[in-house]
Amino acid sequence: MLKQSDTLLPSDSEADEASVLALDGITKTFPGVKALSEVSLRLIPGKVTALVGENGAGKSTVVKILTGIYQPDGGAILVDGKPANFRVPQAAADHGVTAIHQETVLFDELSVAENIFLGHAPRGSFGLIDLKTMNAKAREILDGIGAPIDPEHKLKDLGIANKHLVAIARALSIDARVVIMDEPTAALSHKEIEELYELVESLKAQGKAILFISHKFDEIFRIADNFTVFRDGQLIGDGAIADVTEADLVKMMVGRDVSQIFPERASDPGETVLTVQDYAHPTEFEDISFSLRQGEILGFYGLVGAGRSEFMQSLFGITRPSGGTIEIDGAPVQIKSPADAVANGIVYVPEDRGKQGAILDLPIFQNVTLPSLGRISGKGFLKLAEEFKLAREYTERLDLRAASLDTHVGNLSGGNQQKVVIAKWLATQPKVIILDEPTKGVDIGSKAAVHEFMAELAAQGLAVVMVSSEIPEVLGMSDRVIVMREGRIVAELAEDELQPETLVRHAAGI
Amino acid sequence: MLNRFITSREALLIGAIILLLALISSRFPAFVAPSNLANVFNDTSPLVLLAIGQMIVILTKCIDLSVAANLALTGMVVSMVNVAAPGLPIAFILLIAVGLGTLLGMFNGLLVWKLAIPPIVVTLGTMTIFRGIIFVISDGKWVNSHEMSDAFKAFPRTDILGLPVLGWIAVVAVIGFTVLMTRTTLGRAFYAAGGNPHAATYAGIDVGKTQFWAFTISGALAGLTGYLWVSRFAVSYVDIAGGFELDVVAACVIGGVSIMGGIGTVAGALLGALFLGIIKNALPVVDISPFWQLAISGGAIIIAVALNAQANREKGRIILKRAEHAS
Repeated sequence: MLKQSDTLLPSDSEADEASVLALDGITKTFPGVKALSEVSLRLIPGKVTALVGENGAGKSTVVKILTGIYQPDGGAILVDGKPANFRVPQAAADHGVTAIHQETVLFDELSVAENIFLGHAPRGSFGLIDLKTMNAKAREILDGIGAPIDPEHKLKDLGIANKHLVAIARALSIDARVVIMDEPTAALSHKEIEELYELVESLKAQGKAILFISHKFDEIFRIADNFTVFRDGQLIGDGAIADVTEADLVKMMVGRDVSQIFPERASDPGETVLTVQDYAHPTEFEDISFSLRQGEILGFYGLVGAGRSEFMQSLFGITRPSGGTIEIDGAPVQIKSPADAVANGIVYVPEDRGKQGAILDLPIFQNVTLPSLGRISGKGFLKLAEEFKLAREYTERLDLRAASLDTHVGNLSGGNQQKVVIAKWLATQPKVIILDEPTKGVDIGSKAAVHEFMAELAAQGLAVVMVSSEIPEVLGMSDRVIVMREGRIVAELAEDELQPETLVRHAAGI
Repeated sequence: MLNRFITSREALLIGAIILLLALISSRFPAFVAPSNLANVFNDTSPLVLLAIGQMIVILTKCIDLSVAANLALTGMVVSMVNVAAPGLPIAFILLIAVGLGTLLGMFNGLLVWKLAIPPIVVTLGTMTIFRGIIFVISDGKWVNSHEMSDAFKAFPRTDILGLPVLGWIAVVAVIGFTVLMTRTTLGRAFYAAGGNPHAATYAGIDVGKTQFWAFTISGALAGLTGYLWVSRFAVSYVDIAGGFELDVVAACVIGGVSIMGGIGTVAGALLGALFLGIIKNALPVVDISPFWQLAISGGAIIIAVALNAQANREKGRIILKRAEHAS
């Protein structure tokens, strides 16, 4: 028996000897989507490993598995070469794995020291928290990373960069051996980024293994020792950063087999429907100008956080712009609220269709007609017969299969809920439809259906704006692509200029 | 359709009310005599009126704790107006009551809409303010029966077809608000704004404004009830209807209104109020101490909430083909 169990241990322990934490053949499936397929990853003490991949490549899923939030369906997590089970986040922490997230998950109303020691505060008599020791220890750790922060200050009084430092101090307080940094520089200024680099260097010197997730190639080449590239949930390549160029990484990220087939469309744009000029927002975007024609699909590509959704929400009247003009069919319009947008023929299908799309406690027909109530009522009173007619027309058009339009949307399957949301917007008879990440979280089969449907809408003369972070989708569906980076339009590419590498270069700014 | 009705919350409540009445009538048959039932309904009418307004407010994910204070303030104002000008026609008194109540409700609504203060804080504040104003304008004195004009006192008690005007007003409100909630764009907006504020915003509904209208309606009903209350009991003072706002919220909860917003009906609010009203009227008859009343009302609330939670538990989605057609 003993012998048998011995053989279960990895035989190539030599290769794993160096890694403090490794993933071996990890698979993770969500209903309808394979998020990770037999991926491997090795983190080595005193080295920074950069995890690179497009949006949706599986990076966040890996972080969640490493921190015990998700459980893998197959494969092994190896700590010091021995299989470990991260059933709960605490188990990962006990093995010395800690993560610093994009948006730091700390507590604004607690002091810096309390944040650092939350969950493992030093105890004094009667099991009470020993404030004095806690503050002293916190100061010691903060001094160790050269952070000029008073441990007794409340966290909310700190800037974003100092909050990151507190997160790092917290990581050190639990004697972390592995530090995961998920896009740590996304919200930092140039100077703060330099300080972060220094800190990473000092963590390296202390022998911590660091997993560094970033979209920015300059910082990857600046601080990483190794790289691992994921694409569509698969491991594409790994090795030493010194052996590759930026071009190599870009190619690994985007180069793919043509596994998806997109509908054939004859691109025949008609009259200009929408013209946006110099649209700006105080903090989110500026200088947004473009025009859109009937029957056209205009792709908006960019990294997450490039300001695409923020701009679309402003165009739709959810947030107020600080300047700029909109023309619809050549006539200037003012959009101050979503109601104005709908009245002017612009509709927006948000990314989070569960949260922002359907009203689960209302029946199908009431969901479908919600933005069109003005059309099916007189003096505030609803004309129920017309309401049912409208709802029936558009649910049938989308082939929504439900026994009764009285069924509450909360009782429908995810796919049918999507159809309700889309039917709702088509029922307003829009001129411009904005689809934000239309296939995010949708399985492959339904993706094709969504794409076909988009092509159909365009063929009917609707102008379609598609915000997408998936390169194949952007390439396969768009007549034209606008690339945004850091709140600005950095490129507008015609169909014949569309190359995966071009998109990534513009989006990442290299 | 019939099947759905039988399993609905309203049907469950009707069943509970019938059971309750059967239980009481087994010992006191007189309780279920039509004239007594009309009495019970009439007695519960103020609760019905306020519960309808509260239901709409709760539907939009808010709460209005100021309804009883609004009622008391409006009641005091109309009583004082009546004392000062005994000849003023009742139509004007009604107008003042509804108008003042509406203004007080709008004040709540504006604070929630424009300043985005949490509704529970706003109405906790205005509740105290309204009671304070009553004290200021009345000097803490009572307006007693003999000071009120006969017409002022007679209006809610006027009997029409065996039911006093007070009861008829509740009937009209139930019908009117059922139409409002099911047949108008505003009614639909209440459900949408509470059911999913994000989705409602994207659909072009101004959630804050919708909440403002909910408070306005609640205020108008509280104002109307204010006059009916002081004239029926023929007295007005600072503390009338003290704590009544909790009965109103309780009626809503028992009536299946989801405290999370988005779920609730006028029929539910009516039945919840009647359920509480019957308990309140029956307990003295069956010779149970009024102190038990509170405990029994509280028990009913907890049972109702437990049933609600049970009903709202995930029933699972309809994914199977055969389930799709059975639904």
